[in-house]
Amino acid sequence: MITRRTLLKSGAAVAAASSALGLPAYAQTKKLKIGYVSPQTGPLSAFSAADSFMVEKFLASAPGLGLEVEVIVKDSQSNPNRAAEVAKELISRDEVNLILVASTPETTNPVCSIAEQEEIPVISTVAPWQPWFIGQQGNPGDPGSWQEFDYVYHFFWGLEDNIATFMNMWNSVDTNKKVGALWPNDGDGNAWASPDVGMPPALAAQGYELTDPGRYQNLTDDFSAQVNAFKAAGCEIMTGIPIPPDFTTFWTQAKQQGFNPKLVSVAKALLFPESVAALGDLGHNLTAEVWWSPNHPFTSSLTGESAADLAAAFEAAAGRQWTMPVGFVHALFEVAANAIARTDDPTDGAALAEAIATTNLDTVVGKVQWGRDNVPEFARKNVSKTPLVGGQWRRKDDGTFDLVIVENAGAPEIPLGGTLETLS
Amino acid sequence: MIGIDTLAQGLLLGGLYALFAAGLSLVFGIMRLVNLAHGDLIILGAYLILTITTATGLHPFLAVFLAAPVMFGFGWLLQTHLLNRVLGPDILPPLLVTFGLSVVIQNALLEGYTADSQKLSAGPIEAQAMDLGVVTLGVMPVLTFLSAVAVIFLLNQLFYRTALGRAFRATSDDAVTAQLMGIRPERVFAMATGIALVVATIAALYLGTRSNFDPSIGPARLLYAFEAVIIGGLGSLWGTLAGGVVIGMAQAVGASINPEWQILSGHIAFVVVLLLRPRGLFPRAND
Repeated sequence: MITRRTLLKSGAAVAAASSALGLPAYAQTKKLKIGYVSPQTGPLSAFSAADSFMVEKFLASAPGLGLEVEVIVKDSQSNPNRAAEVAKELISRDEVNLILVASTPETTNPVCSIAEQEEIPVISTVAPWQPWFIGQQGNPGDPGSWQEFDYVYHFFWGLEDNIATFMNMWNSVDTNKKVGALWPNDGDGNAWASPDVGMPPALAAQGYELTDPGRYQNLTDDFSAQVNAFKAAGCEIMTGIPIPPDFTTFWTQAKQQGFNPKLVSVAKALLFPESVAALGDLGHNLTAEVWWSPNHPFTSSLTGESAADLAAAFEAAAGRQWTMPVGFVHALFEVAANAIARTDDPTDGAALAEAIATTNLDTVVGKVQWGRDNVPEFARKNVSKTPLVGGQWRRKDDGTFDLVIVENAGAPEIPLGGTLETLS
Repeated sequence: MIGIDTLAQGLLLGGLYALFAAGLSLVFGIMRLVNLAHGDLIILGAYLILTITTATGLHPFLAVFLAAPVMFGFGWLLQTHLLNRVLGPDILPPLLVTFGLSVVIQNALLEGYTADSQKLSAGPIEAQAMDLGVVTLGVMPVLTFLSAVAVIFLLNQLFYRTALGRAFRATSDDAVTAQLMGIRPERVFAMATGIALVVATIAALYLGTRSNFDPSIGPARLLYAFEAVIIGGLGSLWGTLAGGVVIGMAQAVGASINPEWQILSGHIAFVVVLLLRPRGLFPRAND
């Protein structure tokens, strides 16, 4: 028999139970703060041209994903010390729940190191994984001491992919297999020149003969010594990882002094259409590594746009040609949104880091999933590799350049746009 | 022959360094002002030439004739309204002001032109070469060197053949006595900075056609320019050319041994000259 008292009692019990268990949060919005660090000013700022466009795009799509999110954008000023400083500010003053960081080890590494100490999850991109992973270790020289990270996760390609891409291009052309290398005395140059992990062992394995005149300082005004060495050795292939002004100086001098290789494959200096356009006629048919292009057959998990749509939207909004970081900055927000969606409480750092680690997402730059076996065991937990192909810059009649994909052995799903042409 | 070729390339590189240094030498020689913004002023000149070429479609070699008067005016105003206020017995304030100016110019250029790499396009001449039998020299480096010689020659004519040059020398020797003779040091200084920026514009033309530039690249070459001035001896313009050539050749020889030695050997040459002749190769006056 239900009396007034038992009704009240049981009602109270039900109310207590439901409030204790919590209702399924179908319509609940997740509130959090995201910090974004990139080199928006200074010598590396070309990497950040798409930043504000992508942040706005993410903020526009956030309400649809049930997110009430604030993105705090910080500028590293292309300076590692400044990057560390803004990371500290984001963590202690702004109290962000997640940090996204992009573009070059000078920015990603200090931010990741600080966040790992402070136990704030980070998603990082646009830096080859070796300088990212090894560069953050206490003792980069001793592989035995290298440790995994718990809070920082990185997606990009590695040195081995870049070397393979270049060598696949060279193998497809008939040359005398003599390679001249222009490797500067900086982090990238020393990594490429390394007899252990760099290009020399890969070249030797495939029967190429290397002419390496030695490490030079960045912003050198005269490359006659290198040009002479390459000419004397009869090199038909030229490679290197110079900064853009040095490549222009070198390549102009090479032409003046009659060094005419068949293939020129240069990393870093030829990433941006502006640097290639600066070369004028001399930029035609130079080859470079391509991490992203509008022809990549991927779509955004955030907006459903294809790579081509995304590039077109950026070109319309910014009034300039697409660049490779466009796709990667977008993918950074894709991975972030996906990880947040899979976390019940994204303000819990450990839970969010756990969600990032278990990501399996097809983004506009390809699949992002940590722990795959295409990365060496020691870095597998924190590094996810994205595909890398080879491209050739083709000069159009109006003086602008198109990047045509000519080599895709490492990622056959990315269609070729043409065949490799030699310079001479 | 690699030996002769190395020296020839070093000589031509020296011409470029001498162009960087000539404006600095002028300002330093006349008013003892160490202009830390000189490299950035060269980059400013390069952007000015770039703006003129894109706006009018002129060849950079012609655009320089439009850019030079503008830079002269800028130098005049800069000296009259900013640098003259801080010149005095203490050398620190002008040093700090030019350091600040360097930061201001870099960031203003960044704001106005973004960080994109730019280059002045001189057309097919960039890749042309002259085969002299023993060596093959690029046309542009040879032009750079000849321009450096011409600039130094003209500056010397100005210094030793004109009333303005007399005023320059008088102010440099003893500003107070020069004032008694009716020379106003402020006006002389303003003229000198104006002329220095005209020279900087010529340097900008060759820097901009040789390589890419962006707003942050100015200070990189400032050190070589300083060394060229010091090696040559304060106040001597031909000495500045010689200083540039010494550094250029030392770098070329160093690089031919090993590129790691390229920059270092330039600095070593500087130290050696300082040890042997502490006042430089051709010091103008005993002061």
